[in-house]
Amino acid sequence: MSTLETAAHPERLCRVAIDPLSRVEGHGKVTLLTDRDHHIRQARLHIVEFRGFEKFIQGRPYWEVPVAVQRLCGICPVSHNLAAAKAVDQLVGAPEIPPTAEKIRRLMHYGQTLQSHAVHFFHLASPDFLFDFDDPTAHRNIGGVMADYPDIARQGVRLRKYGQEVIRVTAGKRIHGTGTVPGGVNKSLTVQERNYLLTDLDLLIQWGRNIVKLVKQAYALNPGYFTHFATIRTNYLSLIGADGALDLYHGGLRARNERGEILFDHLDYRRYSQVLREQVKPWSYMKFPFINSLGPEQGWYRVGPLARINNCDRIATPLAEEERREFMALGEGQPVHVTLAYHWARMIELLHAAEAIRELLLDPDIFGDELVARGEMTREGVGVIEAPRGTLFHHYRINEDGLIEKANLIVSTTNNNQAMNESIRQVAEHYLDGKELSEPLLNQIEVAVRAYDPCLSCATHALGKMPLIVELVEEESGAVVDCLVRDADGTFHSSY
Amino acid sequence: MSEELGFTLDGRRIPFQDGQTVMAAALAAGVYIPHLCFNPDFAPHGSCRVCLVKVNGRFQASCTTPAASGLTVQSETEELRNIRRGILQMLFVEGNHVCPACEKSGACQLQAVAYYVGMLNPHFSHFYPRRPVDASHAEAVIDFNRCILCELCVRASRDVDGKNIFAVQGRGIQAHLVVNTPSGKLGATHFSIHDKAAQVCPTGAILTKHQGYNVPIGQRLYDRKPINVVGDVAQLPESKGGRRHD
Repeated sequence: MSTLETAAHPERLCRVAIDPLSRVEGHGKVTLLTDRDHHIRQARLHIVEFRGFEKFIQGRPYWEVPVAVQRLCGICPVSHNLAAAKAVDQLVGAPEIPPTAEKIRRLMHYGQTLQSHAVHFFHLASPDFLFDFDDPTAHRNIGGVMADYPDIARQGVRLRKYGQEVIRVTAGKRIHGTGTVPGGVNKSLTVQERNYLLTDLDLLIQWGRNIVKLVKQAYALNPGYFTHFATIRTNYLSLIGADGALDLYHGGLRARNERGEILFDHLDYRRYSQVLREQVKPWSYMKFPFINSLGPEQGWYRVGPLARINNCDRIATPLAEEERREFMALGEGQPVHVTLAYHWARMIELLHAAEAIRELLLDPDIFGDELVARGEMTREGVGVIEAPRGTLFHHYRINEDGLIEKANLIVSTTNNNQAMNESIRQVAEHYLDGKELSEPLLNQIEVAVRAYDPCLSCATHALGKMPLIVELVEEESGAVVDCLVRDADGTFHSSY
Repeated sequence: MSEELGFTLDGRRIPFQDGQTVMAAALAAGVYIPHLCFNPDFAPHGSCRVCLVKVNGRFQASCTTPAASGLTVQSETEELRNIRRGILQMLFVEGNHVCPACEKSGACQLQAVAYYVGMLNPHFSHFYPRRPVDASHAEAVIDFNRCILCELCVRASRDVDGKNIFAVQGRGIQAHLVVNTPSGKLGATHFSIHDKAAQVCPTGAILTKHQGYNVPIGQRLYDRKPINVVGDVAQLPESKGGRRHD
């Protein structure tokens, strides 16, 4: 871990804030503390939003939860909906749902992955690839992309629109639909809907191939920079299919260390709390998860496209598999640790999502009428899914009446919290240290954060778990006369 | 041959029979007057005030005003629309009506009437009352957050089901729905999901347990046509989206 997390004497340092972080989901900021010689002494990524979903769904009926918690996010609400739905499936005794229901959910999920990856790459991140760091800020955005590269911008908009249409057809609405029900889904597809979604899909797959090529070209133009920028050696965590293939909807947990060695594999995700823990730090609303056996110092990990491509043995769709092989060659037998390669991995997944949608649309099961399964009720359910931004955990416990008693959500961006902080510290150390800070230099910090595609609004769902210190200070002398501390477990004590 | 009885509603002649109210006659003639606590299966209540009209220049609840020959009734005026919108806004902020997560959304009379009167925001500050959900019953769940005190469940349980399970307790702003048992829990009653009281709620306050969102978006009762065309959810057969608990 970097030594830049906490400066020894912050009171003597100059504070520079990047607030708000631009072109990311949600609201966050980065603070840098520098000394007189412009050396960076502290770098932190802060999440400044405050949500509260874990708390306010307590006391609500369990069957309402998948629809309620998807309001965590407007970019990938399907992830929250499906993770919660999978947990609710266990509550209603139906961990296995009918094939039609699972395929409709997968279709919904791949549609979401496609649109979310498209919106991140084209709308948010593409200026980082297409323009220089010192490009004027007024131009370094989707507007600039539309002006200079209209074909790329148009493809981004069309790809996103298509993904949204897949969601609309399966969930009823493009955003915040209600397709899932306890134990299944509420509709299958009609032939007309299938035919509508097949229209132009081959063209979109071709665009997916083109965009992977574009990222590869950007990498080839400056391999030294790409390989080094914000790069950190980490562990990786993701779901993995039973056959070792990339699976975004269901599977067991697999973790690798930085050398690519398996730490645990095909672990039933209902046992996630045995292998993962969360650390709370006083300066952030976002928790810091880590692999329990390695401890908080060594056990933090990365999730998301880079982790998934590093973790899987293969991809089931041919074009994406071809790209995966080329991508993995970068690592020379080890995981690819290049942080900017998140974009590359993300576009491989976009291509995979488009291919997977085509396979599902050609599967007759999507027209089936067995939509729901039910069994013996249970009191606890854990749903895990690979959201566009990484592994997403939803864990619910209900009382005997079916009301939510306890909820624990570990969202994708939270998993990447330590890694994002380490990446900005790496950038601060290697690219900013000793230099007078300017907007283009600070932009490099944002480029590092943006590679992870963080969703900061999702990551701040917790309530009542953050440590809090309230100090009573005498007005004239400035002396602390009393201090009340709330610990991470919610207990209060006076520390004065 | 006697002359047909009638009054005018927004300039249109509405025939009526002796004993009918303005509301009943209007609905029989196919003219919609927005309402929430009115249900033709029960005696008029006049409590929600959403059906407010102007009768010969005076404000009256159309569900309790007897129809009479020669009346001039105004309903679809800007003035009345504004008043109704205000009433709906007050109903929304007084409870916790979270439509985005509510299973009844799309088939909710309160929501449909709000759309009908053009309510686009709550306008007033939310009360955010703390009202726990009662899920103690095996078949049904009561979400008091969504109760608008129309007393339809009270009337249905008392007058049709003969069980007298519900009551309204307190006065004024303190008024609230209660379950008539020492514990106050629905699970301690003989309530059945097949009771009339389970079928008359114009909001999502009384719902079937363990299920939700079974009707896809686009096929819900008010997804395609407004309430003045579709009618009240409690009055429709199951095949048309009503009476889901039969």
